[in-house]
Amino acid sequence: MTSTAITAGAEPVFHLEEEHAHAEGGSTMLGFWLYLMSDCLIFAMLFAAFGVLGGNYAAGPAPKDLFDLGLVAVNTTMLLLSSITYGFAMLTMDKGRVGETQSWLAVTMLFGLAFLSIELYEFAHMIHEGATPQRSAFLSSFFTLVGTHGLHVTFGIVWMVTLMVQVARHGLIEANRRRLMCLSMFWHFLDVVWIGVFTFVYLMGTLR
Amino acid sequence: MSAQDHAGHDHTHGGAAHGSLKGYLIGFVLSVILTAIPFWLVMDGVIDNKQATAVIVMAFAAVQIIVHMVFFLHMTPASEGGWSMLALIFTVILVVIVLSGSLWVMYHLNANMMPGLHEMRQMP
Repeated sequence: MTSTAITAGAEPVFHLEEEHAHAEGGSTMLGFWLYLMSDCLIFAMLFAAFGVLGGNYAAGPAPKDLFDLGLVAVNTTMLLLSSITYGFAMLTMDKGRVGETQSWLAVTMLFGLAFLSIELYEFAHMIHEGATPQRSAFLSSFFTLVGTHGLHVTFGIVWMVTLMVQVARHGLIEANRRRLMCLSMFWHFLDVVWIGVFTFVYLMGTLR
Repeated sequence: MSAQDHAGHDHTHGGAAHGSLKGYLIGFVLSVILTAIPFWLVMDGVIDNKQATAVIVMAFAAVQIIVHMVFFLHMTPASEGGWSMLALIFTVILVVIVLSGSLWVMYHLNANMMPGLHEMRQMP
């Protein structure tokens, strides 16, 4: 806020109100939440595109021919398990146990890698069968939506490795705790998006 | 700064409450149940009516998203002084407009401009 004092003939004078101090990182969580919400909008657009184009097979393969729900169920389990293990990492972080936090992060990372491997196997299998992104509008929107989620998981894992190195070097200092809490939100958010993916893409696609 | 300083400092932010072991376990068990039932319904074709199955599966997804928000993301109306909740509500409204608007408009566009079956067969 500024207040002005104008006297006749004199230049206007502006007084800046003293800003009170903000603790470092005090607004990081809210800022990161806002980023997640904007990310949520990206996924909403991709879901909308899939919703519109998901039925346009162009005489190509349909979800029923392509999707192996057993595999998707295993994949979903991997992501769910990684969510709970990240939760355990946060709980041990609260208690300040560096070793345990690191091990839970490593376990989370392994589940994340398992998820990615299964997804890549599924993609490779589909492409091998001729169900490439170029085949139909359904497949284009499928690969874009699921691929974007997979890319997010990939970057989540890169971030996790980075933080594990940081924690190994500097311990659970406040900056690292803040970063781990941001990654926690990111990771759980990806799990929420995956609920939408397996419901709308895989389950509803198979029903179609 | 000491460890207690950190703890006290974190606590004042309030927004990033970490939850408890019990909270995480409840969330996990609930989400496993809420995942398993839709997969079972679709994979085994328990309900003959596909539309009914779709509605039930979507309802399970909605509940599971709320479970994740509460138990894993620790959303409460009070976190970050209510700003996270406000951002979330705003986002949900946008998502609903985008999704329902796109589906609604494009469905009608398709319904009105869908080529006849005869033409469809001649398409590559």
